[in-house]
Amino acid sequence: MSTAATRRRTSDTRVGRPHVVWALPGVLFFAFFAVVPMALAFYLSFTTWDGLGDPRPVGLANWHRLLDDPRMTQSLWLTVLLTAASWAFQTVVALLLGVWAAGPQRNRAVLSAIFFVPLLLSSTAVALLFYALLDPNFGIVQKDILGSSSGAFLAIVFVGGWQFIPFHTLIYQGGARQIPQVLYQAAAIDGAGRYRQFFSITLPQLRNTVITSTVLIVVGSLTYFETVLILTKGGPGTDTAILPYLMYEAGFKSYDFGYASAIASFLVLAATGLSLLLVRLSGFGAMRSTREGM
Amino acid sequence: MTYDTLPRPAKTTKNHATAPPPPKRRRRHWTKRANPLAGLGSVLWLAIVIIPVYAMLSASLTPQDRALTGNPLSPPTDPTPDNYNTVLNSGFGHLLSNTAIVAVAVVAIVLVLSIPLAYVTVRTRDRWSNAAFQLFLLGVAIPAQAVVVPLYLLIAQLDLYDTLLAVILPTAAFTMPVSVLVLVGTLRDVSEDLYEAMALDGASPLRTLFQLTIPLAKGGISTVVIYAALQAWNGFLFPLIFTQSDGPRVLTLGLFNYVSQFGVNIPALLASVVLSGIPIFAVYLVARRALVGGLMGVGGK
Repeated sequence: MSTAATRRRTSDTRVGRPHVVWALPGVLFFAFFAVVPMALAFYLSFTTWDGLGDPRPVGLANWHRLLDDPRMTQSLWLTVLLTAASWAFQTVVALLLGVWAAGPQRNRAVLSAIFFVPLLLSSTAVALLFYALLDPNFGIVQKDILGSSSGAFLAIVFVGGWQFIPFHTLIYQGGARQIPQVLYQAAAIDGAGRYRQFFSITLPQLRNTVITSTVLIVVGSLTYFETVLILTKGGPGTDTAILPYLMYEAGFKSYDFGYASAIASFLVLAATGLSLLLVRLSGFGAMRSTREGM
Repeated sequence: MTYDTLPRPAKTTKNHATAPPPPKRRRRHWTKRANPLAGLGSVLWLAIVIIPVYAMLSASLTPQDRALTGNPLSPPTDPTPDNYNTVLNSGFGHLLSNTAIVAVAVVAIVLVLSIPLAYVTVRTRDRWSNAAFQLFLLGVAIPAQAVVVPLYLLIAQLDLYDTLLAVILPTAAFTMPVSVLVLVGTLRDVSEDLYEAMALDGASPLRTLFQLTIPLAKGGISTVVIYAALQAWNGFLFPLIFTQSDGPRVLTLGLFNYVSQFGVNIPALLASVVLSGIPIFAVYLVARRALVGGLMGVGGK
């Protein structure tokens, strides 16, 4: 107690640091609208509730049901598959475009400006655009792509990429511009060709950018909810019903809020675990300047 | 060591605005020969980006009765603004102003709450400020989808259901983690010496915040403004679940409702999509560098 008091006094007198209570409004606000609901979702997962009366405790019933539900298994698998496919598609294209756009080509400024266009539309607008363009009667391809299960899946991956690749391209472009040119000069003197330079310098130097972009893709793949809701409504059948969509249906279509909360709790656990892992890998949690070496 | 001399992305744009030349010098070293494969790839992606946009613009100008017969890729033979009139006459202005209110409010809340938080995290490294930072680090991973059910309960209890506040408050909360992370990243780069100089002059923490930290963190702050505004502009889930009547309806939800309202009238639907993009497009034209640089800064560290 007394040591804590001395420590605070010394640090205060040294350089006039702000008091911790300055952080309180932000923490409380975030806690109330994000952390409390998370705890509440966990609590609700042990109840049955139709949204009107009071939640009634039912123990582990929702969780047992979750484990036995074939739709849940399918949905989980689908979510993983969609995230993996989106990651592969977006990372490869954005990395190549970003590195290219960081380079010296004369027309790259114009092209980069055009590449930016999808970022000016919201997810909802993008989903609606492709909803119209993929319409079998009206669309570019006069085929019922969204009616086949693999077609619908690929359409969601493509639409997600169409929308988000420009953003990740920007990230990689920024990252590639920060690579010191001396590395390339040295490599060129040693006789390394362009592809050798890409794999031996560019890629390793972009390691942190790849991790940042990956965190955003993984967490962001859950926002494909809009795309799924508008493009396929989880169909055909249940073939594109990713976890957030399953949760939405259970809660706001079937008014089965207890079960929806169990799915939601599962989502929180999975997302938190994944992000902890990625944050650990990226070292972002370390309290140091971003300009210190990698 | 070299990294100390390298500008961070958000600052790069500022440097470009004041001193454009650097890229030129860089050109000489990078690669001298053209890279035809990369050029081909970029043109391919150009087509992938441009064709849907073109088809959208073209179809939105096509009379509805002809939309289903013609190929959407052929240019509109006699363009008509009818579809745009249809959309504008169905309450588009109301949606737009609601969305603008949400965006401004979200940006304001996020800035007022996140800046002191990041400031404390960087300047006061004790157990509690570190705990606060860890909370937001974890918060990045909380998907909004996972908490809509309990939030729905909270919003109803607070008597906010079907109001703009029901959209604003949760959106601001879920925008905070990334905002705090970006700001902490920026503030960490403000030199300790400057703080000590301010302290020697007897400046209070509050004065230091306004006279030193905020001016030096402009890059990070503008990134947060852009990020928060886009989150608010694009938000769909919270409006979908927390509002229901016409009063507090925002743009994204309005677009979604046009699907059922216009049904088979795809040209009108596409006109509404075009209109929804125009405000951001206008901002893009005016503040291209800030927008691009800001988005680069969200992940460019």
